[in-house]
Amino acid sequence: MAPLLQIENLSISLPAGADRALAVDGVSLALNPREIVCVVGESGSGKSTLAHAVLGLLPRGLKIAGGDIRLGGLQLAGMSLGELRKVRGKRIAMVFQEPLSALNPLMRCGRQIGEMLRTHGMRDAVQVDARVAELLVSVGLPDHARIADSYPYQLSGGQRQRVMIAMALALEPDILIADEPTTALDVTTQAQILALIKGIQERKGLAVLFITHDFGVVSEIADRIVVMQGGRVIESGEAQQVLNKPQAAYTQSLLAAVPSFRPPAAGAIPSDALLKVKDLRKTYVRKGKWFGPAQQFPAVKGVSFDIRRGETVGLVGESGSGKSTIGRMLAGLVSADGGEMRLRGADLLAEGAFADPARRRSVQMIFQDPYGSLNPRHTVARILTGGMRRHGMSAGAAMERARELMRMVKLDPSALDRYPHEFSGGQRQRLGFARAIAVTPELIVADEPVSALDVSVQDQVLAMLRQLKQELQLSMLFITHDLRVASQLCDRVIVLKHGEIVEQGATARVLEHPRHEYTRELIAAVPGRSWK
Amino acid sequence: MRWLRPLLSVLGKSITVLIAVAVINFALVHMAPGDPVSVLAGEAGSSDAKFLEQLRQEFKLDQPLVVQLGSYLQSIATLDLGYSYRQQRPVWDMIADRLPATLVLAIPAFLIALLGGILMGALASRYRGSWLDSAITAASLAFYATPIFWVGLLLVLGFSVSLGWLPAFGYETMGSSMTGIPRMLDIATHALLPVVTLAGFNLAVYTRLARSSMNEIQGADFVKTAWAKGLSSGRVVWVHQLRNAVLPVITLAGMQAGQLIGGSVLVETVFAWPGIGRLAFDALQQRDYPVLLGVFFCTSVVVVAFNLLTDLIYRLVDPRMQSPS
Amino acid sequence: MKSLIKRYFSNAGAVAGLACLAAIVLMAVGAQWLYPINPWDATEAPFLRPFEEPGAWLGADSMGRNIAAGIVHGAQASLLVGVVATVVAVFIGMLIGVPAGYLGGRWDELLMRLTEIFQTIPSFLFAIVLVAIFQPSFGSVITAVALVSWPPIARLARAEFMRVKSSEFVEAATVQGYSRASIVFSEILPNCVSPLIVMASLMVANAILLESAISFLGLGDPNLMTWGYMVGASRTFLRLAWWMCLFPGIAIFVTVLAVNLMGEGLNDALNPRLHRKG
Repeated sequence: MAPLLQIENLSISLPAGADRALAVDGVSLALNPREIVCVVGESGSGKSTLAHAVLGLLPRGLKIAGGDIRLGGLQLAGMSLGELRKVRGKRIAMVFQEPLSALNPLMRCGRQIGEMLRTHGMRDAVQVDARVAELLVSVGLPDHARIADSYPYQLSGGQRQRVMIAMALALEPDILIADEPTTALDVTTQAQILALIKGIQERKGLAVLFITHDFGVVSEIADRIVVMQGGRVIESGEAQQVLNKPQAAYTQSLLAAVPSFRPPAAGAIPSDALLKVKDLRKTYVRKGKWFGPAQQFPAVKGVSFDIRRGETVGLVGESGSGKSTIGRMLAGLVSADGGEMRLRGADLLAEGAFADPARRRSVQMIFQDPYGSLNPRHTVARILTGGMRRHGMSAGAAMERARELMRMVKLDPSALDRYPHEFSGGQRQRLGFARAIAVTPELIVADEPVSALDVSVQDQVLAMLRQLKQELQLSMLFITHDLRVASQLCDRVIVLKHGEIVEQGATARVLEHPRHEYTRELIAAVPGRSWK
Repeated sequence: MRWLRPLLSVLGKSITVLIAVAVINFALVHMAPGDPVSVLAGEAGSSDAKFLEQLRQEFKLDQPLVVQLGSYLQSIATLDLGYSYRQQRPVWDMIADRLPATLVLAIPAFLIALLGGILMGALASRYRGSWLDSAITAASLAFYATPIFWVGLLLVLGFSVSLGWLPAFGYETMGSSMTGIPRMLDIATHALLPVVTLAGFNLAVYTRLARSSMNEIQGADFVKTAWAKGLSSGRVVWVHQLRNAVLPVITLAGMQAGQLIGGSVLVETVFAWPGIGRLAFDALQQRDYPVLLGVFFCTSVVVVAFNLLTDLIYRLVDPRMQSPS
Repeated sequence: MKSLIKRYFSNAGAVAGLACLAAIVLMAVGAQWLYPINPWDATEAPFLRPFEEPGAWLGADSMGRNIAAGIVHGAQASLLVGVVATVVAVFIGMLIGVPAGYLGGRWDELLMRLTEIFQTIPSFLFAIVLVAIFQPSFGSVITAVALVSWPPIARLARAEFMRVKSSEFVEAATVQGYSRASIVFSEILPNCVSPLIVMASLMVANAILLESAISFLGLGDPNLMTWGYMVGASRTFLRLAWWMCLFPGIAIFVTVLAVNLMGEGLNDALNPRLHRKG
């Protein structure tokens, strides 16, 4: 069977001044009819650039430097706009990562889909409407009239992505290119969209080129896999073969870095409680405009749990579950509206509790965004020693400890006089951790500290956290949406939904024998559970 | 009726501004060096002590300030903007006479600046890197740096004095008694240079903003989607990109309406155009403060009206019910 | 810092602007040496045409005043008013914008309402009303220009402050136990500064234009020879002496253009566009 799409020795150049000359370097790839090929890689691998090149959608400054992109007999590389227009949408369609920004915010969804039909010849308005309705229903939106009439901002993330898929399929293309279509979605929504794509692919016999960084997703849907790094293809082959018997060292290390869903054997459970939280509440109030009433958003609705000394408790939930709010209340960044929070008996919710330096230093935080959690204008030395100096340490002693901390997090102490932008994302998260333990806290709140990192970097940072947690006897509240990470790092897990705890217990118990409906849903949605 | 709440909020803001201007006027009269009476009398008959005493009574200047403020606000609300002793006429009458002439300049200038700016900025972006882009960018940079009054004078020098194509000043040819279409054409030829001058600076500002806004939008995801859908470049640029890129320009036009109207003082002076800007200039020369303050208040009303207009335009373009500010 | 300077100097327009402005500043500072006469003195024949007499290359006005001398001396007033008025405007703007961003809530609303009002008021008219009522002088012109220019600074200061205030590194500083004052002055404010610098430099250009317009109408300080005044004086003699209008106007144009180019160069140097990775 001849491949539908044949990419041969494709190279794409980056503008001058970039960190390398080629975004994509001599890549060859074939896409056969009715198959799903997953292109996997970390950030900077060139996988997304490759996908954009097929339809001539490279951003300014990037150019095809060599090679072919063949669709049957047509040469797509370097094709004129007029010729490309006959291919785009009709034979190859594309779906992007962030559905809110990928849809025109000022145009109703129905019109955006209809536009595609009208551009390619359908004139009759009634016919167009009917086809739009048909498409919306086929992607799992039975409420098609309301959806067609809505603006993108009025729909949820999952609904928007379905609209994008409907729009892509409007002209019945042979090939669908999907650039990380589920990365920006919640894990349960992601599972639904993956199922949708797989279903449509089977029904219509589409060929799908699916770009992703998530091996779990790959294991669920791929027929063949192409692994990319630094613009080159490292390995490619049948899904089963690449996933279970990878040949290249890079692929092996990448696969090893994916946290297993199965939790490790549970250690001894400590007994004395460090933190007791009872019936904690937080409601956000938005003032009404003019004559409207004030709106209330209950973010946390009466949450109770304990953290014992030396243990890591995972706080797991999707976006909007309130997990971040709880973390921030613990760290004293957000005030609570009710309930109790006691650290070794001391009331953390009392007026001015965090004004006491001894109390302040006892709870520290690690943040999610490696690029936003370090002051870009301060040297690393200043960032690390600031807290210590605040709490009375002399400048000399603080610097000494800062050097020690750098060694602990496996960074070179001589880098203390550098600025944050000189470090990579993973290194910055290490610095954030060093800053947190600098003031010898008793409890660390980690708010999604590895979510923004590539999987191999994530693996290293998690290993560091595991090791130091043990050495320093730290207690941690680990906030995450990723059940795999929670499984590998946490002793106990708390599952949060819409501000309420639906289940909590030992990690192994919760993940292997979930009791609550929602927990079961969350677990079922994790892609690739059967693989790893 | 979900448009009711935003409408009320915008109206509320407008009224607040007008009240603030009235209060400022009141404050200025009383904060000026010297006797408030001399401010109110302008420089007419200020030496006559009996006259001043009469004025003092009339303006209730012996009453507490709050009471004075109250009665001042009341009279403003009834369009009583005071009396010009210099000209021996109520201020409102003088303004009402001249206001239409200013609007004849201001409205076309506003539209030319806004629509012209969007068009030129979009063209510069569409043909990014070409000679057209360079020409538009250079021209807007130049206009952005030139003082309005100087542009006006140069245009008069060029088109009237040297070339004699267009009249140098005035509203219409003096002494003529035309009516209907010929009269309108006459007014139009007289208005051409002033309108261009008034529009010039803001045209440059909106062109630059429209161009950079369009350039930024070019890289947006939804534009990528539009291309991926196989739409023609015309449709992508003029339907998808433009509508989104135009929003900050409209917002800016609203905020700068005050500047545009203020420019009419300079333009009307240069072209001897009988509008309220010229009125303000004459009042300045004669130290006729009631007229000056009256013009200040009226221009605020005009600006507020323009703000409402741009707000309306914004909501038409962006149906997301978000206020532009 | 070094990379900032490098980026700035790689921009041709920015360099040209800086060079031009430097020349104008030198001219202003050295006015006494270049033209050691009082520009108000009638040293030439009235209506002397330009390029006819050395020492008065730009001609003379209706009263026989040397135009070139006027331009050179006028640079002092224009630049001084431009810079001082901008400094005052930035001061007022930050005084209003930073507390609004810091306090939030009702204070924020109140201060922003105030800013909105001042922004909606027709600024030029307000300025001339102020100057007229408080009598034209160097001080009243500067005050008037500053009072109509501060709202955009307040808005920007507030927006930047709020943006940085909600950054994770500011939260980290709070958790690490930094005092509130220390957070505002060493974490937040230094990260707000770049866009304000750019806006301030562009505002100098605007202030110069505003001052020249005020002087054009005859409301400038009667003791200061400024470019705007010279253009204003040329109005009634347009047919007779075009050079009275052209040269002072060119001086304004070149100065404002130079400041604009500098401001834009600063903007590009402070916010480099990052390349996207694939």
